[in-house]
Amino acid sequence: MELTTLIERFLQGDRRALARAITWVENGADEAAALIRATYPLTGRAHVIGITGPPGAGKSTLVDRLAGRYRQMGQSVAIVAVDPTSPFSGGAILGDRIRMQRTLADPGVFMRSLASRGHLGGISIATGDVVGLMDAFGFDVIIVETVGAGQSEVEIMELAHTTCVVLIPGMGDDIQAIKAGILEIGDVFAVNKADRDGADRTVMEIESMLDLGHMGEAGVNRWTGEVKANAGAYDRLDRTGHHGAAEVGGTPSYMTAAARHSADRHGTANPGDVSWRPPVVRTIAKDDQGTEDLVNRMVEHLAFLKETGRWEHLKLSDAAAKLRELISTRAARTVLGRAAGAGDLERLTRAVAERTTDPYTAADELLTRYLTL
Amino acid sequence: MQKLERKMRVLVAKLGLDAHDRGAKVVARAYRDAGFEVIYTGIYQRPEQVAEAVIQEDVDVVAISSLAGAHLTLIPQLIGLLADQGVDDVLVLAGGVIPEDDVAALRAAGVAEVFGPGSDLDEIIRFTTEHVQRA
Amino acid sequence: MPNDERKARFAGVSDREVRRIYRPEDIQGFSYDRDLGEPGEYPYTRGVQKTMYRGKFWTMRQFAGFGTAEQTNQRFKYLLAQGQTGLSTAFDMPTLLGYDSDHPYANGEVGKLGVAIDSLKDFEILFDGIPLDQVSTSMTINPPAAIALAMYLAVAEQQGVAWDKVAGTIQNDILKDYIAQKTYIYPPTPSLRVITDVMAFTASHVPKWNTISISGYHIREAGATAVQELAFTLADGMQYVEAAVAAGMDVDEFAPRLSFFFDVHNDFFEEIAKFRAARRIWAKLMREKYGAKNPRSWMLRTHAQTAGVSLTAQQPKNNIVRTTLQALAAVLGGTQSLHTNSFDEALALPTEDAVTVALRTQQIIAEESGAASVVDPLAGSYYVEHLTNKLEEETFAYFDRIAAQGGVVKAIEKNFFQQEIADSAYRFQKRMMNGDYRVVGVNAYADPNEKLDTRLLKLDPEVQRRQIERTRQVRATRDAKRAADALFELRRASGTSENLMPYILDCVRAYCTEGEISGVWRELWGEYREESVY
Repeated sequence: MELTTLIERFLQGDRRALARAITWVENGADEAAALIRATYPLTGRAHVIGITGPPGAGKSTLVDRLAGRYRQMGQSVAIVAVDPTSPFSGGAILGDRIRMQRTLADPGVFMRSLASRGHLGGISIATGDVVGLMDAFGFDVIIVETVGAGQSEVEIMELAHTTCVVLIPGMGDDIQAIKAGILEIGDVFAVNKADRDGADRTVMEIESMLDLGHMGEAGVNRWTGEVKANAGAYDRLDRTGHHGAAEVGGTPSYMTAAARHSADRHGTANPGDVSWRPPVVRTIAKDDQGTEDLVNRMVEHLAFLKETGRWEHLKLSDAAAKLRELISTRAARTVLGRAAGAGDLERLTRAVAERTTDPYTAADELLTRYLTL
Repeated sequence: MQKLERKMRVLVAKLGLDAHDRGAKVVARAYRDAGFEVIYTGIYQRPEQVAEAVIQEDVDVVAISSLAGAHLTLIPQLIGLLADQGVDDVLVLAGGVIPEDDVAALRAAGVAEVFGPGSDLDEIIRFTTEHVQRA
Repeated sequence: MPNDERKARFAGVSDREVRRIYRPEDIQGFSYDRDLGEPGEYPYTRGVQKTMYRGKFWTMRQFAGFGTAEQTNQRFKYLLAQGQTGLSTAFDMPTLLGYDSDHPYANGEVGKLGVAIDSLKDFEILFDGIPLDQVSTSMTINPPAAIALAMYLAVAEQQGVAWDKVAGTIQNDILKDYIAQKTYIYPPTPSLRVITDVMAFTASHVPKWNTISISGYHIREAGATAVQELAFTLADGMQYVEAAVAAGMDVDEFAPRLSFFFDVHNDFFEEIAKFRAARRIWAKLMREKYGAKNPRSWMLRTHAQTAGVSLTAQQPKNNIVRTTLQALAAVLGGTQSLHTNSFDEALALPTEDAVTVALRTQQIIAEESGAASVVDPLAGSYYVEHLTNKLEEETFAYFDRIAAQGGVVKAIEKNFFQQEIADSAYRFQKRMMNGDYRVVGVNAYADPNEKLDTRLLKLDPEVQRRQIERTRQVRATRDAKRAADALFELRRASGTSENLMPYILDCVRAYCTEGEISGVWRELWGEYREESVY
């Protein structure tokens, strides 16, 4: 397919054109930049939802149910599911369609399986651009299911407006181990397979960890006006412990990036700051139980983002991140390419290795000489 | 940043009520080990579902495993559905228990190659790599 | 490795490494009384009967079914005329999955892998001229097993044969479907409920009927090793025992009617040991773990079938030899009945000639080889006793792993079995590809110029049309009110804890179709979907 035909058909709503466009973007084809140029103006409308959590949490089945719920609300849905690439062969088996068959029968749903292609962080390099294409194509909701291999999957929170962390009962110590990586990125929590033993305990554990780490008032979601029954229990801890954002007033400098993100996105206990305390929802995805509640929470979260100005703010920070990334890769490519062509790269590399110059001086020299347009 | 690269994508599919999935799974793993990205859609798939998956996943190859004798009905049906939607650059392969006498009919319907019982996995991979139509 | 050996490692189809020689120290602590016992005595290692094949040969039972009920009825009569002693029915995929032949999903599959059955009308034709008090019939069907049994009993009624004279087996083993065979319809809980209903009903009304055939065959064919087949099958067996006990039955009330079904594969001694170990383990479980008092509850009675996966499309006549060795292993292992595969089955359904050779293979072993004259002739072999012990030990290790997952159903949900089997299947395929496992005619002694000249069974393309016609005719001419009432009552009872068999029988007698009956349950219970692993 020619690029111009593809763009034309994409804009007419041809699903095959969308599928092929995704392939080009995923493969970094020469046409990818032109595709993104043509479709970028149409993006920025979809609600992007990230679904993350450990293996076996039932993420795919939950995505299947969520898509079904959004369809009942009249929304069109695109799904991206990322599975790991084998480090040995570079191949992958992408099996998520099996667990999404209920919703895939619906022509209002489009699903694409992606392999991580060696990228750590839960999504592949191209996932952001794939989501952009789906957004431009006109889907109302885009659900991104991460690899969920247990590594720190913070990239999803950069990509998604609403990140849902899926956990299951009986994880016990695992929750302790993963809380730093996973609890701070969730806007909504689902305790799936909630018919299993230990569901209450898991919900309690998440609630209390959220209260400890939360930048706002413990147990209070000022946006929904909801106050958790156990709100007072950790209140004192929250205000006197070293998580005492309330006393510092603002964002403490020692916070992790994810915690700062949480403060940005969820608000603080500062007077007048409308905060979002991540809700914890029990689900049994295989029986479609609790999923309506979960979708409602996601819709509420979207309203929270929009009405507190965070939706626009996210667009800005997203644009900034995109620019930063493009500039750093392009600048690096330009400087290194030109320097290599002129032989300076090899000369200075040797000089640094032989200690006749230092890396800083060498870099300055190359930047001064080659970073021009 | 890792380099993006072209990966061959293959859909391994079972059609109809045929639940014998041992061969399909072995073939899926062989493709993965040869560096392919394999979409596996499980058993009990209707031709309509497989056609839709071929389109959405934009695969280069669709490999259908049949051990229940419905191949002459379901495989041409799938190829017809793809043709209706203008998909003409996907390599269609069939494998499983397919009598020699039916091979000609499958080829005529658009199947590029039929791999019978005991086929060598390396041979399947080699054939696929050599015959994928898209650059 | 002694450098005068052909290779560094000797291992068979299950990839179990074996040593050059086995000695008394390999069966240390061996006790004849405790580990073997006499034939017909606990723990039945040597066989479930005292005289075994000196009393009567195993039942020669060839699995058959294709096309319409008329065609399969002819094949049944042919096999009986050739000296076969039991019938075994293969159904087509739509029948196994509860769809009538005119359902859109059945298109292209009607009569292909077995006989097409929609209503009692088809069963009447299938067993026409076959007195049901004179044969025993096995029916390989699972979620709709209760329906097939009801149809069989309704035919017996028509023939005037009392139900207590009717003998046979329904496979009825849903757990192995979730694990390997995949012909499931409903989720586990309602599926197990129908199975326990069948157990309770037959215990009081059809005493000679085997209510379940707990099957390792499909687990093995899907790629499991011998020990995986053994362990997973016996674990399923325990699950059924526990389900029936939980439903309020006494273990000795149903356990004597449990039967098993194992594969018999290429590794001759491992297979013999597998049958011996199976009996010993089951006897111990039933007596020690479940407290059964009736010796019949302790006995593992089994059907065996030669390994379909071992058949090759290349040089198909070699399959006769493979099947012969496998059949001999089943006999030396003490099976109660046996199906021998036909040599052309890697290519298509078997022709009459090929089926005849397969049946003759059993008859030759029985009449000519001498293997049927002595009970458990390999007992006391260091190697065979060692293997029997090893298989038992490894099976109990698997039981522990399954228990650690929370039992069979939980392990299914966690894809434990499915993953173990997929891994073994792939490992085997790799061994074949790298030449570590050699298959004659495929990766050894292959003939590059081979042309397939096997005459294959041609299925009549008109089968589907004719079958659909008949079923529509049945629906059009039956007593519509009676059929609707029967289905209504079945639906009502299915929502209670009543035994469903009487309601199913009423539906069948009213010529409700299998698809209609299954449809009631599909609607009520939903459909099971697997999380596939690979």
